[in-house]
Order: sequence, then structure tokens, then C-alpha cells
Amino acid sequence: MTEATGKVVGVNGNMISVDVAGNIALNEVGYVRLGDSRLKAEVIRIRGSRAELQVFEMTRGIGIGDEVEFSHELLAVQLGPGLLGKVYDGLQNPLPELAEKCGFFLDRGVYLDPLPRAQKWEFTPKAAKNTRVSAGDTIGTVPEGIFEHRIMVPFFLPGEYTVASIVEKGAYSITDTVAELVSPDGTTIPVTMVFEWPVKRPITAYTNRRRPTEPMITKVRLIDTFFPVALGGTYCIPGPFGAGKTVLQQITSRHAEVDIVIVAACGERAGEVVETLVEFPELTDPRTGRSLMERTVIICNTSSMPVAAREASVYTAVTIAEYYRQMGLNVLLLADSTSRWAQAMREMSGRLEEIPGEEAFPAYLESVIAGFYERAGVVELRDGSVGSVTIGGTVSPAGGNFEEPVTQATLKVVGAFHGLSRERSDARKYPAIHPLDSWSKYPGAVEPELTEYARKVLFNGNEVGQMMKVVGEEGTSLDDFVGYLKSEFLDAIYLQQNSFDPVDAAVPTERQRHVFKLIFRVFSGRFKLATKDEARTLFNELQLKFRDWNGAEWNSDDFSRIETDINAALDASIEGIEHDAESLVAQTRKAE
Amino acid sequence: MRKVYNKIEEISGNVITVAADGIRYGDLAVVTSRYGESLAEVIRLSGEKVSLQVFSGGRGVSTGDEVRFLGHPMQVSFSDNLLGRIFDGGGRPRDGGPALHEDLIEIGGPSVNPSKRIIPRNMIRTGIPMIDLFNTLVESQKLPIFSVSGEPYNPLLARIAMQAEVDIIVLGGIGLKYDDYLYFRETLESGGALSRTIFFVHTASDPIVESLLVPDISLAVAEKFALQGKRVLVLLTDMTNFADAMKEIAITMEQVPSNRGYPGDLYSQLASRYEKAVDFNGAGSITILGATTMPGDDVTHPVPDNTGYITEGQYYLRNGRIEPFGSLSRLKQLVNDSTRLDHRAIMDGMIKLYAAYKESLEKKSMGFRMSEWDSKLLAYGEIFEREMMDLSVNIPLERALDRGWEILSECFEPAETGLRTELIKEFWPTKE
Ligand SMILES: Nc1ncnc2c1ncn2[C@@H]1O[C@H](COP(=O)(O)OP(=O)(O)O)[C@@H](O)[C@H]1O
Ligand SMILES: [Mg+2]
Repeated sequence: MTEATGKVVGVNGNMISVDVAGNIALNEVGYVRLGDSRLKAEVIRIRGSRAELQVFEMTRGIGIGDEVEFSHELLAVQLGPGLLGKVYDGLQNPLPELAEKCGFFLDRGVYLDPLPRAQKWEFTPKAAKNTRVSAGDTIGTVPEGIFEHRIMVPFFLPGEYTVASIVEKGAYSITDTVAELVSPDGTTIPVTMVFEWPVKRPITAYTNRRRPTEPMITKVRLIDTFFPVALGGTYCIPGPFGAGKTVLQQITSRHAEVDIVIVAACGERAGEVVETLVEFPELTDPRTGRSLMERTVIICNTSSMPVAAREASVYTAVTIAEYYRQMGLNVLLLADSTSRWAQAMREMSGRLEEIPGEEAFPAYLESVIAGFYERAGVVELRDGSVGSVTIGGTVSPAGGNFEEPVTQATLKVVGAFHGLSRERSDARKYPAIHPLDSWSKYPGAVEPELTEYARKVLFNGNEVGQMMKVVGEEGTSLDDFVGYLKSEFLDAIYLQQNSFDPVDAAVPTERQRHVFKLIFRVFSGRFKLATKDEARTLFNELQLKFRDWNGAEWNSDDFSRIETDINAALDASIEGIEHDAESLVAQTRKAE
Repeated sequence: MRKVYNKIEEISGNVITVAADGIRYGDLAVVTSRYGESLAEVIRLSGEKVSLQVFSGGRGVSTGDEVRFLGHPMQVSFSDNLLGRIFDGGGRPRDGGPALHEDLIEIGGPSVNPSKRIIPRNMIRTGIPMIDLFNTLVESQKLPIFSVSGEPYNPLLARIAMQAEVDIIVLGGIGLKYDDYLYFRETLESGGALSRTIFFVHTASDPIVESLLVPDISLAVAEKFALQGKRVLVLLTDMTNFADAMKEIAITMEQVPSNRGYPGDLYSQLASRYEKAVDFNGAGSITILGATTMPGDDVTHPVPDNTGYITEGQYYLRNGRIEPFGSLSRLKQLVNDSTRLDHRAIMDGMIKLYAAYKESLEKKSMGFRMSEWDSKLLAYGEIFEREMMDLSVNIPLERALDRGWEILSECFEPAETGLRTELIKEFWPTKE
């Protein structure tokens, strides 16, 4: 291909128009020369010899006639050992290293190696000479923290190859050749430990996709018990500002039972990333005993960073997630917020003067969102192992109204919906996931019959609550009132969970199951009660006991003491079993 | 390189277009009309057509007027000489003092590398229980006051500024009423804070486009002081005016509006200003308090809505009080674990009870019989509003916490409060 070059003929915000000589591709990377520096940009439209590029940097100072060089490469990330624990911007520029070089500010046009070149990795060959391999097959491994990082046949190599040579076990840097492959036509291809992959193309070097069925434990009761997420599944968290989207993702990034977490801080506050950045190295992952940072990659393109790089950042994140999935690992990608990504597309679409859709979002919004979530999934790899990418995205709807394009497009494609409600967060009922509006298509951690019954209790309590608004407490029967108190009780001590309490913040599934049995005892019980005031007093006391119980360490003396105490209180106040619960009670008894 | 052009091809609203070459995006120009000189900024380049927004407005500009390009973007002088001075939105003296030209810095610079930020950790005490106890303000926080016009948001800003322990105060006035400007000046003067204050004041009668410069100028100056290790407090009032000025330009440039006429990049534009709030690793800090008036008392209006998604909480001012619902300090949990053991529990517990009070109040207004529990809540709500919410209350956090326990014990039995047993044991006031 001939070298393509161009000259700037227009600047509009972060979009430039360029007159091009030579051939260029859509999504190809180009660089605008500005004095000594080169500003990275991506081709987003081509019409004749005129191309539009979105510039990943501030465009101030660019002038008509400035030169543009094209790279012939699509926007890509580098994949190889050393990604874990890194903090990157949306284009995989390592931020701490950038700070070392440039100081306090993000200077334009400085692009550093995403992966350390000098570092040596202990390589163990896995593919023997003369074996036949294809894209995604493991040719060796290196230890990366607690993981066996697979060095794989680069995903972009089509067809089959023969391993012509492979290095001995030993220490190598990522750019050293570790193997040579020969293609059927006799070409020799050197393989190193690093290669590039274009971020906007899914990695598909697997044999099979499976339906996600196994729960991904978050240790948030409301999620695991009522609105579960599956490994390899997708879910979204829409909610107005301040409802708790970010906190929910932060605690999930800490406690979720997965191998690797990719945090994509997309167009929101820098301060929130700093919390993760500073705290994770200090926190130990209870599953491994190592620092949480060792299982985390942070892609950070916060709200004041260039908008075009924000658009790229979610793709950078999901590509890294897919890469580790190819090693048979369970990866969780948390994107906060997908609305900012959609807005970045909207800004660019507006500059391109495309015909706007609803709220000025581009017409292709839905298909782009669907395409992103489609990159999640459980896959079977060629060696039989199984890996998964789970995607959870927050949505920040304008005015907190879910009837807007991004929320609606997302709801069409995800498997679980955790809708946050302003009323609940205003009343400090965290996590503010609305228990009646939210849904999940995945199986959960607690017996479905019990959660189904609990749902009925909530639903019924809500009905009574609505009715009481009309007829008042005096117009409500004692039975109905107790039903209402039961739903309030469930809300207060099970649905609500204090993320800032050391014990309550993360509740293992075993404990959820255990506690839920006792809650079911409260639900199914007919209580000896004469008046509503008596009922309220009893449920206040029960709430207090359960709240203390929630604060007690799992399996501690305190925990059993409070449990005994609760059982005693229930023995004293329950006189029978609610009719609709009889068969369930019999069933659970039998199970024990 | 100074280039002069005498032919303006297009004048539309506050945007003019000239044919020129060698011009760079973001460059400044001086437009001279018979009404005087005005700065203008390049906002689009298309072939040889250069579009500029004229800070003093397009009115009265004629096609034959002179446009002189300065060859650099907007700058402001930075030195200690700024302290105690008052400038207009464009950085010109408003106090009769000398214009400053030395040590020019660019405004609207790049954002801070997130890895050079530290986690905020210093509480800013205000003596206002609705802030200190329920929504603690933290150094380096960015936080607006949401209010309808007519609420005392400017006095509240001034009061916090006077009480906060900071080294430098930068006041950015955007469409500020002249009386309010005088109020700020007098309050800071009588509090002895004028010599550590810098004003960039665009008043309601100044040209609208000029208001666009105020946040950037104020924050550029604040950033330089912060890099010198100073703790800087920036007050921006009113950011809704800033957004409206952007809207005007966007419409003139025929951009497709996203929501109620506001441009699609409203969020990014506001964010690039608010995100200047920072606690530098190894230098000072910038705290930003803004005022965001809500047209029609509607938080879902694009300006408060986008702001809320950017800032680290908001104080919701209504009927002269900071409302507990809708108000939020997102950084409070970074500091309220080390204030006092009972801080978080009192904070959550009292608000939950206040929410229950609101429900009882609603029932009462519908004529329902009040249960014993309702009556307790009604009594509680009244005391809470009087002793915690009223803005005239001025007590330190510790006193407010004590008062919280007293109020709870006056109104409820321990088990009714929803507080954990251990805290009740330690803090529940014993009746003499
Ligand atoms: N699970 C929770 N427990 C306690 N407080 C919470 C919880 N979730 C949110 N909050 C409070 O609400 C604030 C806003 O939450 P955040 O997650 O930042 O909202 P969003 O991302 O939806 O705008 C937090 O700073 C915190 O004070
Ligand atoms: Mg958030």
C-alpha cells in the first residue's frame, strides 16, 4: 500500500476534516502533526478524498494545512502479560508512567508503551515442535501474579500452522521471539508474547458459546438472592445521579467471585477512580490472599479527558476482558457509565451532521449498544476449558427517566436489570435497587420457591401500603397490616445492606441461604397479636435483632447467640403457619 | 504573528465569520467596531472560513470592522498581585486598579492525571448541621447548590466561604446581580477575607458571551495557586447562566440540540470545569462550590441534571433550608468514619425517621387518624426541622451529634430508632 498523507482543511471541536492523498481505511489511526508532537486520531468517515477524523486530544492550536500521517493500523490494544494491575487511559496509555514523565497534567501527544518492554517473564513452553496450532492455541505460559498467563497463537492468524521452533524454558521479555510458526504455504511467522488486536472487533478464537447459567456471586443480597447475574451474562444498572450506581459497582469490583475484574471508568468522575486506584493495592482478595489490584485492570477515561478516547475506552476494556477469557478465566467488566460512551457517539454524530434520532442520539445507537453487550458470554475454548466475560454497565438517564434511548436500547439486550430508584436512595435505602421493578433472567443463589414467596410478600406489602394511603391505618385489617410489616421487615434487614459496614458489605451465599431460612420463618408465621401497635412493636424488635445479626461476623459466637435469641423470640410469638406457606414449610422441613 | 482582516463575511448572533489563513483553533482575535474593542475566540475552522465567538456580542459589529488575530489562545495574568483584586469576565480590572499583563498563563488547560490525585480526607467545617452532620463537605469537593431563584444561595455560599479554612478564595460571578456582587464584597471585607480573595465578576448587564470565560479564568488561576501548595476555594455563581450562554452559541452555530435546546456536549463542557476540583498529590487543592438555579424548580432540567451527574453531590436549597432529600455529599464517607463513632449511624438513622415523618405528615393531611407511632414521628419531625434544618443554627458537628441523640431520646424508645444496640448502649442519653 502507498503511504497515505493528508492536510487539515477544517476543525470543529474534536473533529477535523482532512484532504487525503492515498488509500485509508475506516477506523484507521492517523496522527496530526502539531509542532513537535503528534496527536492521535481515528478515521470516522470517508467521502471521496475527504476524511473526517476524531482527535483523541484537545484540538486547540490545530490549523488549516497541518499535516496528517496515516498508520494503516486500526485502533488497537496490545495484549500480553503485564496487563493486570495496570491503570490505563481509554487508549491504553499507562497513567502512572505518564505522570512520571509529564507530571500533574495529561500532556497531549505523549504515548507510552502499554506493557513494560524490559520486564522478563518466566516462560514455560507448552506446544511441542511440529504440533499443529491455530489462533488462540497455547504455545507456552508465564506466571502473572496468581494466574497462568497463556501465551497464545495471535488471534489474527488465519488457518493452521506448524510449530517450527519453540524456545527453552527461561526468562524472556515480551518482544523476544518465543516460537516460530510455519504456514501451509511455507511462510515463517515469529511469535512473541505480545500482539495487537483492533478494539472494535470481538475476539472469537473459541469453539463454542454456552448459555450463561452459573451465578456470578456479588455478595450483595438483593442481587444474589433476587436479581442474580450469571457468569458470562450481562446486566445494567440505570439510575438517576446519586442513586448509588458507582458505589454498587465499586463493591462489586471488590467482592465479586470472579478471576479478573476490568474497571472501565468511562466519562465519570476522576475522584471515584482514585479511590479504587489507591485502595485496591492495600486490600486483600479473600479468595487468593493477594492484593485486589493483582486481579484488576483499570481503564480510566474520566469526564474531563478527551471525549473521543472515551468512546474508545469501553472497547479497550472489553478487548482486554476477552483476551483473559481466552485463558479460561472468568472476567467481569464493569463500565461506568455507558451513557457517557453513548454521549461521546452523539457528540461525534452531531459534528458529522448525521440525521439525529431520538434526543439527538445517532440512529445506530441500538445496534452499537447491542454489539457491545454481545461481546459478553461463556465460551468453550479449543482445549476444552471454559472462560467467561460478564458485562455490567451503569446507565445515567437524563432526568432519571428510564424512557430514554440509552436505557431502552440497553434493556433490550441485557439479562438482568437492576433499576435504582430515587425514592429509595433519598430514604437512604441502599442499595437502591427497586425490588418490584427490577428483573433477572438468570438463576440465583437461594431456593427459587423461597424467593418467589418473598416476592409475594413484597408485592402484597406494597399493595397494602398503597391502600393504606387511601383508607389509612384504621381502615386496614390487622392481617393486612402484619403483611405490610413483613414486607417492610424484609426490606429493612435483607434488601438493604450497608456497604460501608465491614461485615454487612459482603455477604457470602451460604450466609444468604442461612439467613433467608430464618426470614422465611418470620414470613410464614402467624403471630399472636391483638393490636397494630403490638404488631409494630414486635416487628421493630425483630428488626433490631436481625440488624444486630447482620453486623455479626459469619459463624462467630455472636452470630449464633443472636440467632438463638431470634429463634426464642419467634417461638414465643408465632402461633401457627400462614396458609399459603404450609406446603413450602413442609417442603423445607423435609429438605432438612 | 498578527494578522489583520477587514472583511467580515457573516454575522449571526454573537458569531462572526471571516476569511483568513494561518489561523489556529482556539486562537484569540480583537474585533474593533465603532462601539469599541472586543476579544473573540476561534470556534470553527472550515477551509479558509474562520468562525469566532465575539465576547462582547455581535450587536453593532459591521462587515467592514477590523479583526486582528493575536496568534495565541486566551490568557490571564497570574501572580500574587491578583489577590484582593476585582476583574470582569474577560480579566479586565473592575476595581480601578492597574491592568495586569505579566506572567500570562493559558486558560482551559489539560486535565489532571488521575494518578496524581489523592483521596480527599479533610472535612471542611461549616457549623451548619445539615452539612457537617448529614452531608459533610470535604476539601477538593465539587458541589453545587441547587435552588430556585430567590433562595438565599449566595448568602449561603458567602457563609461557607467565610467559615471554611482555606488560603485563597476565587469568586467567579456569572450573570451575577450587581447587588449580589456588592453583597459578596462586603461580606468578605467585613470578615477580613478580601485580601485573600480574587474576583472575576461577570454581571447580569455584561455581554453574555463574556460569561463563558469566567469558569476557565477562575479555575486557571486557582490551579496555579493550588500547584503552589495553596488550598483554594472557588465559588461559581450561577452556572446555569454559563450553560445558557453555551446554548446560545450552539444554536447560532446550528448544532443539533440534544435536550431542550442545550448542546449534546453540555455534560462534557460542564465536566471539564468541575473536574478541575482536585487534591494534588504533593501540592494544594481546589474546592468548587457552585450555584445552579433550577428553572421551574425542576431537577430534571438539563442543567441541574447534567450537573448532578458530574459534581460530588449537591445541596438542595428550598424554603431557606437545606433539604435532606435530594441533598447529598458523595465524599462524606471519606471523612465521617473518623469524626465520631456515632456519626454515620445518627446521619442515616435521623434521615430515615425524617422520611417516615414525611409519610405521617401526608397521612395527616389526608385526614387519617394518627396512630401512636405517627404522633411520635410528627413531634420528631418538627423538632428536627427546627433544630437541625434551620439555617440559623450554627453549632459544631459534635454538638449537633449530641443534640441528635437528645432529640431521639425525647421522641422515641431506643428500639424504634433502628440504631444498633451497641451504639444505643454507648450514646443513649440517660434520663436524670
Ligand atoms: N450501598 C450504599 N451504602 C451507603 N451509601 C451509599 C450506597 N450507595 C450509594 N450511597 C451514597 O450515595 C452516594 C452516591 O452514590 P453513587 O454510587 O456515587 O451514585 P451514582 O453513581 O448513582 O451517581 C454515595 O457517595 C454514598 O454516600
Ligand atoms: Mg456514578
